[in-house]
Amino acid sequence: MLRKIRMMAAALCFTLVTLLFLDFTGTAHAWFGWLAKIQFLPAVLALNVAVVLCLVLLTLFFGRVYCSVICPLGVWQDIVNWVSARRKGKKARFSYAEEKKAVRYGVLALFVVLMIAGLNSIAILVAPYSAWGRIAGSLFAPVWACGNNLLAYVAERANSYAFYEVDVWLKSAPVLVVAIVSLLVVSVLAWKGGRTYCNTICPVGTVLGLISRFAVFKPVINTDACVNCGLCGKKCKAQAIDTKNHTIDYSRCVMCMDCLENCNKSALLLKAGMPSLKAAAQANASESKQECGAPENAGRRAFLVGAGVALAAAAQAQKNKKVDGGLAVIEDKEIPERNTPIVPPGAFSAKHFAQHCTGCQLCVQACPNGVLRPSNGLMTLMQPEMQYDRGYCRPECTKCGEVCPTGAIKPITRAEKSSTQIGHAVWVKKNCVVLTDDVDCGNCARHCPNGAILMVESKDGGRKIPVVNTERCIGCGACENLCPSRPFSAIYVEGHEMQKEI
Amino acid sequence: MQDNKHNQEKQTTGMDRRDFLKVAGAAVAATTVVAGCSGDDKANQHSTSRKQEPPVGQMTYRENPKTKDKVSILGYGMMRLPVEGGGSGREKSDAAIDQDMVNRQVDYAIEHGVNLFDTSPAYCQGRSEHATGIALKRHKRSEFFISTKLSNFAPQTWGLKESKEMFENSLKELQVDYVDYLMLHCCGLPADDINGKTLTGMEAFKARFIDNGLTDWLVSQRENGRIKNLGFSYHGDQAVFDLLLQWHDEGKYHFDFVLIELNYLDWKHAREINPRNTDAEYLYAELQKRNIPALVMEPLLGGRLANVPDYMVAKMKQRDPESSVASWAFRYAGTPAGVLSVLSGMTYMEHLKDNLLTYSPLKPISEEENTFLEGIANEMVGLKTIQCNDCKYCMPCPYGINIPAIFVHYNKCINEGNLVNSMMNERYAEARRAFLVGYDRSVPRLRQANHCIGCNQCVSHCPQQIDIPAELHRIDDYVEKLKRES
Repeated sequence: MLRKIRMMAAALCFTLVTLLFLDFTGTAHAWFGWLAKIQFLPAVLALNVAVVLCLVLLTLFFGRVYCSVICPLGVWQDIVNWVSARRKGKKARFSYAEEKKAVRYGVLALFVVLMIAGLNSIAILVAPYSAWGRIAGSLFAPVWACGNNLLAYVAERANSYAFYEVDVWLKSAPVLVVAIVSLLVVSVLAWKGGRTYCNTICPVGTVLGLISRFAVFKPVINTDACVNCGLCGKKCKAQAIDTKNHTIDYSRCVMCMDCLENCNKSALLLKAGMPSLKAAAQANASESKQECGAPENAGRRAFLVGAGVALAAAAQAQKNKKVDGGLAVIEDKEIPERNTPIVPPGAFSAKHFAQHCTGCQLCVQACPNGVLRPSNGLMTLMQPEMQYDRGYCRPECTKCGEVCPTGAIKPITRAEKSSTQIGHAVWVKKNCVVLTDDVDCGNCARHCPNGAILMVESKDGGRKIPVVNTERCIGCGACENLCPSRPFSAIYVEGHEMQKEI
Repeated sequence: MQDNKHNQEKQTTGMDRRDFLKVAGAAVAATTVVAGCSGDDKANQHSTSRKQEPPVGQMTYRENPKTKDKVSILGYGMMRLPVEGGGSGREKSDAAIDQDMVNRQVDYAIEHGVNLFDTSPAYCQGRSEHATGIALKRHKRSEFFISTKLSNFAPQTWGLKESKEMFENSLKELQVDYVDYLMLHCCGLPADDINGKTLTGMEAFKARFIDNGLTDWLVSQRENGRIKNLGFSYHGDQAVFDLLLQWHDEGKYHFDFVLIELNYLDWKHAREINPRNTDAEYLYAELQKRNIPALVMEPLLGGRLANVPDYMVAKMKQRDPESSVASWAFRYAGTPAGVLSVLSGMTYMEHLKDNLLTYSPLKPISEEENTFLEGIANEMVGLKTIQCNDCKYCMPCPYGINIPAIFVHYNKCINEGNLVNSMMNERYAEARRAFLVGYDRSVPRLRQANHCIGCNQCVSHCPQQIDIPAELHRIDDYVEKLKRES
């Protein structure tokens, strides 16, 4: 019963969290956006004391149910493990293994050091929620979008506005590679060894494990009823049940409750008891020789991933083909070189942003204007930055701040956004069509939401050229995006390290 | 003959609505005489089979007062020829003209009595005359009339030599040694000269046709029989129209016909909708005074009179459930007796068949029906649609904007009631979605109105004289408003 409840809750959480990364309409976020905000590491970074306290208390009472229900990467491993266990003769393929203390605490210590040192881009590689975000955002979201585009295609022919087409494009190759590697590593580990990732690598798992040792409710082996069949140990995906000694390593138990239902003699029961230090001591006693499995199934999975990518690429090619004869060819915009990268309004400063962002890609997926995409810079790898080649930061949109679970981008109102300066526009004389094509333009001034661009007569009395009042400019990029000069715009935005109110 | 006499009686007076209807009545008589059978009885017999195959041998004809040619009231406009893979040669410049389909449709049209084919060196990106020549070569020269134009739009072709070459090339492409109807193309439209300076309608007209001696040369070609009828097509600046008719009166140049825009919207509302245009009522009356036959263009306003809001469709269908919405516009355009022929650019066989049904024979608009259409026209003016006929003369925009597609989408949204200005409107959310989603579907983002920089290069090319950049900016403001009110 408890296992069924756990599975249902996990399936629900997993589906909804994943949906957050797929849904581009904002509907899922309106209802279930909080699911991203109760993830452990994001809550810690957001200094969300209430959530962190709740999670600590939850773990203190019920053990690591977080890892079995709330964490999407944990649930994914359970799914892989479930498939793996359906193979013939693999139903009970585990045996008790010793805790790999050196790796566990080593990784945790390294993680903390890297985070403090500001090397987030390396640290977040192992963070569970953001790893899942990168997987869902880079691998599943394009497939979802293609499915949507298929529906949009049908809807268009049925004269319905229920679905609309969205762009499917490769936002960042490094993130795609990282996502593929993460998915492969995690899946292979789960296929071979159940919860190996959670119990040896995951820093969140290690931290929660420190607490769950002292959990109030936990499965306990009733030695009077136990017939030493060893089934519970063979089926424990955390490899945490020492059937010989009738002990369980509660720092690794993820409270999946499988053992409670697997035991034919009902010798495993969920019991409330005082925190026991004995079990912890027991766990430290012996060693193990757990191995990370060779990726024997990597081939098939790589194929599936490859197919997904190919599909996305095909959709992209189709989009580019839509040019008919009576129309001038439009060159793609090139991204200008910015001395300072632009981070979204609400990020306060480049430093604050870099320290808090876990690179989960939730904002990248949520951005309806194609502005946010992962950075390829070494220090900020996978953390989003703003580019205006596909769209600009529209005045009515405050999506990224709303969805950000880590507080890297704080939620701000439209009014606050319209007065938050994230950068300023710079005019590039040699590209301006007023001078190169000798035509009247002013498209930048016409679209500036803050009226920061004025068209003034040039000194020689020729056509009007744009000038930027940097005091009023907020750096939204409307001018850069809508500038007719291609491939390089004649006006572009230079980022600010510190965002400020104007 | 009868309407001709009638016209001569009416020559000296202007034409009001009552006269129009009298003329219409005369046209019924003319129809009966020329078609050689009792129009009403036949029409009744055929009313059961309407929407099926058009009958053979019942086309209405009008007589050219000068040459006594019997010209079919339906003229085949060769400006929207079908291309392979669907669509027309205007939109798809890279697709080959579907010559087999052109041949089939031309054959079908001739079989059903159409004998006027109208083309221009500019149509279908310069491929129309060639295709028309191939299709007509398969018929006897005496069975059809060809109308083409001197389309010296590019300032490089304003010289006499270049313009002469254009005419000679038309004969070559059309594979004929004379043209039945030749027009000075688009008189009254502004144009940019070779230095990029914008000339007014009058200046451009003089530069293209008068100062270079071209009109004199064309008159000499009429004298030696290579041009049977010389006329002009008119858009825009009324001073040019008046000047040409003044010359006609003075005997400086004699014009055998004039091509004007005539339909139930432009009859009284052309100027009201766009001050730079002239009401068809005036144009037609001026021609009637001089007994100059009119060729009619834009009977459907580029499809806008076929694609009307649902409630207008309902009204028309209520009166005549078996006739198409377009048939009202064609009957209207063909009703005035001074109309020699109504030109319609028919891409698809269905268009051709529907028009043949309408005109085999023409059932003129009655006084009561005329009042009804006036009511429809008044409502249309109130709709504030953009008067774009999707002719694509403005294209390609150097900055990649798909101007006609934006206007077509905007007009479609007006017609479907999806243009709402207040968030208080109960349909606001639905209409907003329809407008924005439909916008992205009809026009790729990079070709939408927000990319219009206002360089004004398109303005002088628009035969409707729409202030294109201003309209695009207005639509862009509307889109921006919709987006912000999310």
